[in-house]
Amino acid sequence: MERVNPQSRRDAYGSRINRAPSPVLVFAVPIVSILLCTLLPLFFITSAVPYVPPLAFMMLMAWRIIRPGIFPVWIGFPLGLFDDLFSGQPFGSAMLLWSLAMIAIDIIEARFPWRSFVQDWLTVAGFTTLYIVAAAIVSGGELGAPMVIALLPQIVLAIVLFPVIARLVARLDRLRLTRFREVR
Amino acid sequence: MAPNSARRSSSSRRAQYSVFTGYVLATIGAVVGAGLLGLSLISPEAFSGPREIANDVASPAGEVSARARTNGKGLLDSISGYFRAGSQNAQLKKEVELARIRLAEAKATEAENARLKALLGLTEAEVKPVVVTRLIASTSTSARRFGYIGAGRAEGVQVGMPVRSERGVIGRVLEVGSATSRVLLLTDSQSVLPVRLASTKRRASAFAEGRGDGRIQIRLINLGINPLRKGDVLVTSGAGGYYRPGTAVAIVSEVTSDGAIARPISDPAATNFVSVEPIWQPEAISAAATPVDESIAE
Repeated sequence: MERVNPQSRRDAYGSRINRAPSPVLVFAVPIVSILLCTLLPLFFITSAVPYVPPLAFMMLMAWRIIRPGIFPVWIGFPLGLFDDLFSGQPFGSAMLLWSLAMIAIDIIEARFPWRSFVQDWLTVAGFTTLYIVAAAIVSGGELGAPMVIALLPQIVLAIVLFPVIARLVARLDRLRLTRFREVR
Repeated sequence: MAPNSARRSSSSRRAQYSVFTGYVLATIGAVVGAGLLGLSLISPEAFSGPREIANDVASPAGEVSARARTNGKGLLDSISGYFRAGSQNAQLKKEVELARIRLAEAKATEAENARLKALLGLTEAEVKPVVVTRLIASTSTSARRFGYIGAGRAEGVQVGMPVRSERGVIGRVLEVGSATSRVLLLTDSQSVLPVRLASTKRRASAFAEGRGDGRIQIRLINLGINPLRKGDVLVTSGAGGYYRPGTAVAIVSEVTSDGAIARPISDPAATNFVSVEPIWQPEAISAAATPVDESIAE
């Protein structure tokens, strides 16, 4: 008798028989990861210079690019609202900028449906740079040369950090789709 | 891989409508965000309520992380803190630095005393802080520099009170929640602080303005020969009535034609405990807030 390859019943997300992903994780992992990224730079790093990249925004972009379709276009508003409560920016800045970013990334995706990671990286680099500059403009602070120069390390760090965030999102995505639930 | 974009829906009318609704909602979100942003730029206090509640809720996490953070100053120092010799060295350096600041402050007090004796023989008692608390968080992503402290209305903190660490001035309370308060840090680009030179020989009064890049611009009030030198310590002058005179603020790192660029003595990253002090001269502030044509006394 011919035997079925035992590996064929499993894949990266666990056993394929009698198991299904947990609906809670499928829904919550992306959102919770972004909310945590909002809080992370606030509590764990304090500095005299704003050199921490906008982690929550980059996380949102990474999820959007790695898993298009899990977030509706309007998700930038509620997530931005949460970010505004903590970021120190004037209230509304993340709501506006994140909503615009989600709309823009949809348009770009319709224009260039076939992409590689390098193109994704370039897209996010562009978006993050624009976001950091726009956030500084609407921050209500005085936009002098020293402040603009102080933004540069943050921008460079953000661009360099994106592959790490993309990897992290890929890992979280695997957790999200792991079949924990037993189907009877 | 080509993404299965929600934009290319299907021939299903329902799917098309939901995509369209998504775009409409996202646009509404952006417009509402822009409106709120405009409002909060015009009056920065507008949305302090929800922010205070959010920070009160999140403050336990800040208390824990503040404890963890104090093991090392900033990212680089915490890495060097792993090596015993390095951490010892850093601690000794800190002690020497503290001693230098104390010395400069003592000199400033000496000068102050001489001036006061010359005037009236007035002496000032040490001010008891309103509350001693932790600096639980600071904005490290935004271009604005705000900190959060773990004390609020319940502890008697009021808007405008100066916040200092054992090293020197940190900033001024901007918003007060029930258990946390938001502090405008010294290095924020909207922060202005009247200072003077902590020296018995040279006199200079100036404004210390945040530059937004972690350093402070010192603008002299009396233009002329610039009396500032590299390494000079600047202390609060007491003008304006918020800060008690003689608290260390910054060290001059670079002399410019109209003043200097200085580094703050109290780095928020290195700060664990801070004390909130009462407003030095509340009468002066209420007098300054009163229109010219009204009388101050009732």
